[in-house]
Order: sequence, then structure tokens, then C-alpha cells
Amino acid sequence: MLSGDIARDRRRASFDTAGCAPILAAVRFRMRGGHGCDANTNGRSDRAHGTEIVTTAHASAQAEIRRDGEGFVAVVSGDWNLERAAPHFAALMEAALASAPPSASDARAVTVDASALGAWDSSLLIFLRQAQDYCDAHALRFATDGLPERIASLLALAHVVPERVAERDEPRPSPIARFGLAGLATWDVATDALSFAGEVALRGALLLRGRVRMRWREFWVVVQANASGALPIVTLIALLVGVIIAFLGVVVLKRFGAGYYVSYLVGFGMLREMGALMTGIIMAGRTGAGFAAELGSMKITEEIDALTTLGISPVDHLVLPRVLGLFVMMPLLVLYADLVGIAGGMAVAVGMLDLTARQFVNGMLTAVELSDTLLGLFKATVYGLIIGMAGTMKGLRTGSDAGAVGRSATSAVVVGITFIILSNAVIDWLAALLQL
Amino acid sequence: MTHAALTTGPGDVSPIDVRGLTMRYGTRVVMHDLDFAVKRGEVFVIMGGSGSGKSTLLKHLIGLKAPSEGTILMDGEDFGAASEETRKQVLRRMGVLYQNGALWSGLTLAENVALPLTEFTTLGRDAIGEIVQLKLALVGLRGFEEFYPAAISGGMRKRAALARAIALDPELLFFDEPSSGLDPVSASRLDDLILQIKASFGTTIVVVSHDLASIYRIADRALFLDIDQKTMTALGSPADLRDRPPNDAVHRFLTRSSEGVT
Repeated sequence: MLSGDIARDRRRASFDTAGCAPILAAVRFRMRGGHGCDANTNGRSDRAHGTEIVTTAHASAQAEIRRDGEGFVAVVSGDWNLERAAPHFAALMEAALASAPPSASDARAVTVDASALGAWDSSLLIFLRQAQDYCDAHALRFATDGLPERIASLLALAHVVPERVAERDEPRPSPIARFGLAGLATWDVATDALSFAGEVALRGALLLRGRVRMRWREFWVVVQANASGALPIVTLIALLVGVIIAFLGVVVLKRFGAGYYVSYLVGFGMLREMGALMTGIIMAGRTGAGFAAELGSMKITEEIDALTTLGISPVDHLVLPRVLGLFVMMPLLVLYADLVGIAGGMAVAVGMLDLTARQFVNGMLTAVELSDTLLGLFKATVYGLIIGMAGTMKGLRTGSDAGAVGRSATSAVVVGITFIILSNAVIDWLAALLQL
Repeated sequence: MTHAALTTGPGDVSPIDVRGLTMRYGTRVVMHDLDFAVKRGEVFVIMGGSGSGKSTLLKHLIGLKAPSEGTILMDGEDFGAASEETRKQVLRRMGVLYQNGALWSGLTLAENVALPLTEFTTLGRDAIGEIVQLKLALVGLRGFEEFYPAAISGGMRKRAALARAIALDPELLFFDEPSSGLDPVSASRLDDLILQIKASFGTTIVVVSHDLASIYRIADRALFLDIDQKTMTALGSPADLRDRPPNDAVHRFLTRSSEGVT
């Protein structure tokens, strides 16, 4: 608590004031410049009555400990302000004991004299708590009779033992145990994800058989939000990816005099891979995170619990419309991205090579087949399912604190993109095996 | 909350003086022509039915919303027109306990209470640590310093939020529905704390509430916001208002009666 210069004046003094017994030890604290509090620069010493009294331009917190008969008296005076330095009881007491005769060690009690106390705030309470703690630790009685009632009652309040003692956190487990716990947690997450996917598949199948009631309004909202809402960003990214593929082709193929085949590269690249992949990544960041945040907020405001207690399955009501909405919209978005990307690639090819648009299109059509486009669209449906499931699952598993929604959204994006790329590799591998 | 500041403070200037305040949500008028002054050192309750604009009024008083019309003087200073520096000084002197505590979930209780101290003072770590311990002890949360808000009960969260609100020894304390979501014992305990803070520190306390038991117990004066008339229709001690209600709405509110309500 003490900052700024502290001048500690330890001295034996015979300080006699009205109503005070002779003092064996007097300790006075003086402070200088504590947080803008100028206590000593304008101070003056008054050596009247054989002791030093410091008066200051701005009164500041003062505490003094005197020996008084059987015990000690802590005299608090001046103005106590939280933002200025204040005395520390233990330091004062040690100093008082050090300068008192050995008989002082048999002191029984500490009393408080607040008769000269000016303004006060929590800093005084802190000093008094220090006194109380010191007395508790040294088997001294701490008497608060000399304190105004409003201070004594606050002090008593702060000293009350809480209704139940805070339970300490369990000790941190060993690294091996933590490794094991992390493994178990991962296993739990994996089984949870599988059971969630299973439940969604089951409810989806029941929906087809007309045994599940889904809110179609939510479905159409998802369709709308992912159609017109996502078009601008999909257009921009697909166009740029088409341009990048074409640039790559122009630079590499021109060296072999095979610039004409840029159209092959753009066609294959967009239709089989990049159209679906880039749209999937965009939608994972845009819609997957949105699903997680939306359902996460609903979880926190107990809307999900309200559905469950009404006997309505959150999967039917919230998950199916979203997953199906993406399942339907993703192929359409990918088809659009393919066309935009090819257009971008064509623009680069026509601009940089001696090719006409017709030549580009004809070249591309001789190379790519319908199966290439269908492969891309198949991937799009898979990505749609992945994004929808990751987003809704992370949303429904959101915790209860303020940061939980953010973590769910982040996790939905990470899981979504990871599984999109993973499934892309698996589908490409299968396509190579089947010579598609 | 420094005593000298309270007793010798800015003379007879009211800590909060509301003049001709009109509050709007968009173009819809929530309350109009509010005129009242809070006295130094009193517990002033803003009461009224659900949707009457109690919490909106509180938001105006703590500077989160600007008045559509009228002025709010804090210690004689027009809060709305004040400079950034003055506003900060006014904010430094006030503490707010929000309805749900609004503890920062990523910080421990000790860090929650310490944040206003690190923000507004130049105190060192040890000094702040001692203040934090004192404040948490005052609200009965000694030993819970390292707990996160999610790990404690609703009543404890509210008390921890109170510890944060009184961290800087404010001269003005605002409570938004202190008893909402609390069991009767916890609510009564919070009322005790409010009365204790008022008695010990002489803090001026403004409470938004519709909890009658709490209003009768803590309020020196209460202001009634009438949702139908869209303005204040009563101001006085709750017991007086109950015994001599100035209108039916106040009578119904203070006697928990639904008689004559259509």
C-alpha cells in the first residue's frame, strides 16, 4: 500500500495528551508525494511537548501506534483516501514493538482511537483489517470500541466467515494423465459427432417418409440467405480463382507452346476441384459460423431447452431445415461458381494468348465431360452436409458463458473446413480408383 | 464515498437532478416530462410496472442513453453536454450493479473487482489486491477471489458484481432490479448490504425495482412511473404513498392489487 517516500520516525517519546496514559513507544508515519498527494513538501515540524508533529498542506492518512498500559492503541487521524498511500499496520506495529521495552511483548490487546479521524474511505478499512489480521495471527484482542459504529459494523461485515468456504480447485493432473484425459475427451467428441450425424440422418430419412414435421419456413429462410446473400462473395472468389488458374496455365503451358490447353486446365480445375472447394470454404466461414452462433445464442437463452421440454426435437426444428437448406443450395452455388470461374479464366486466356472465346470454349468442351461437372456437384452436396452439421452441432453443444458462442462459431469453421478438405481428398481418391 | 466529500461536498447541489426529461425509443415516447432530484445520501427507488421505462431511465442516469429532451445534471454538471474528461470524472464517482451482474466471464472475481481500480487509479498491484480482498469480504465472498463467474451461484454473482460496483468507493450507486432472479434470503441479504453501504459510507443510492418487500424496506423515497400516462405520477416515501395514494395506479402497485385493471 505504501508508495512514495515514507519517512518512518522511530523514537522514544513522552507524548502526553489529555486522556492518554504515558506512552512508551510512539511511531509516526509520514508520507511524501503518494499519487499526487503532497504531504511533506509543505510540512513543518513542531517539536513542542518533546515530540515531532508533522503538519501538511493537505491532510493525509496518519496512523500511530502507542503503548498504553496492557496493550497498544492505534491512533488513526487525518483524511484517508483510497488513491493516496496509506500506512501499513504490520510495519507500524513491528516498529512500535522494536522501540518499546521488552515488557511490551506481553501486550494483550490493540484498541483503536479514531477521535481525530477526518474523511475516510476503504483505505481506512484496509488498515483496520490489517490490524485485525495481525491481532488474529498474534493472539491479541482487537477492540473496535473506539471506532464509530458505521466503521465498526463494516469491519465486522468484512470479518464474517462466508457461508461456505470456497472449495479449492483440484490439483493439476500429471502430464501423462492430461494426455490420457485429452484422448478421452477427443473420443467423446468423436462419438458425440457420430451420434449427432446418425440422428440427423435418421430424422432426415423419417422426414422423407413424412413422419417428421419440419419447419419449412426455416428451410426457405436458409435457402434465401444462402442464395442471394452468398452470391456476391461467391462471385468474387470464384472469378479470382478462375483468373488465378488461367494465369498459372498461361505461365506454365506457354513455355511448351501449349497455351491452347489453358482451357483444359481452367475447365478441369473449376469443375472438378476449385468451384466446389472454394464455395465450401466460403460457406463454412459464412454460414457454418452463422449457424453455430445462432443456435449457440438460443442455447444460452434456453430456447433449445424450451423446445425440448415441449417434446419438440431440436434436430427436427432447427437442424434439419438448415442442413437440408445447404444440401439443396450448395450444388446450385457451385454450378454458379463454376460458370463464373470459367468466365474469369477465359478472360485471362483471351487477353494474354492468341485465342478467341469460341476456341477457348471448344477446347474446354473437348476435354471436360459431364462426369467432371457431376463430380463437382456431388462434392458440393457433401460439403453442404458437412457445413450444416458442423455448424448446427457446435451451436447445440455451446456452453453457458459469454465466450462460448464465439468458441462454437470458431470451432464450426475449423471443423467444417477440415472435413471439407478431408472429404475432398477421399472423393478424389475414389474418383481416381473408379476412373471417373 | 469519502466522508468529507459527502458532508462538505458540493453544497446543496443534488447529486442527480432530472429536468424535463423525455425518453424515446425511435419515435415512440416512453416517458415524458420527468422532473425530480435525488437527495444526497438517500436510497431513491424508481418503481413502476414492467415496460414502464424504469431501466431505460436508469440507462439515461448512468449516461448510456442521451435524453431526447431535457437535461440530467450530475452534481450540477450537465452529463449529456459534458466534455469527455468531465464525463469520465462523473463515471469515476458512480458504481452500477446491472440486473444480471454483468461480471466479465473471462476474468476471475478478483480481476473483475480490480479492473475499475487499474483503470481509474495509479495504485500498485499489492494495494489493489488489498482493496479487492476487502470488497469481496464486505459482500461475503472471502475466499472466492480466484473463482470465475460461471462457477458461482446467481446470488454470489450479484454480490461479486456489487463488490465491483463499490471498488472505487463511489459516491453514487445504481442498482438495476437487485432482487431479480434471487431467492428471498439472497434478496434480503442484498437489501441489507444496500442499507449497510448507505449507513456506513453515506452513499447516494438509486434503485430500479418492482419488488415491493424490498422497496418498503430500503427506500427513503420512491418515484412511480405510470405506463399509461407515460410520466411520473408519484414521488414520496413508499409507506406514505401506500397510505395516501395520489392515484389508482400507485395504489394498485403498492398494494399488489389487480382491481380495476382492464
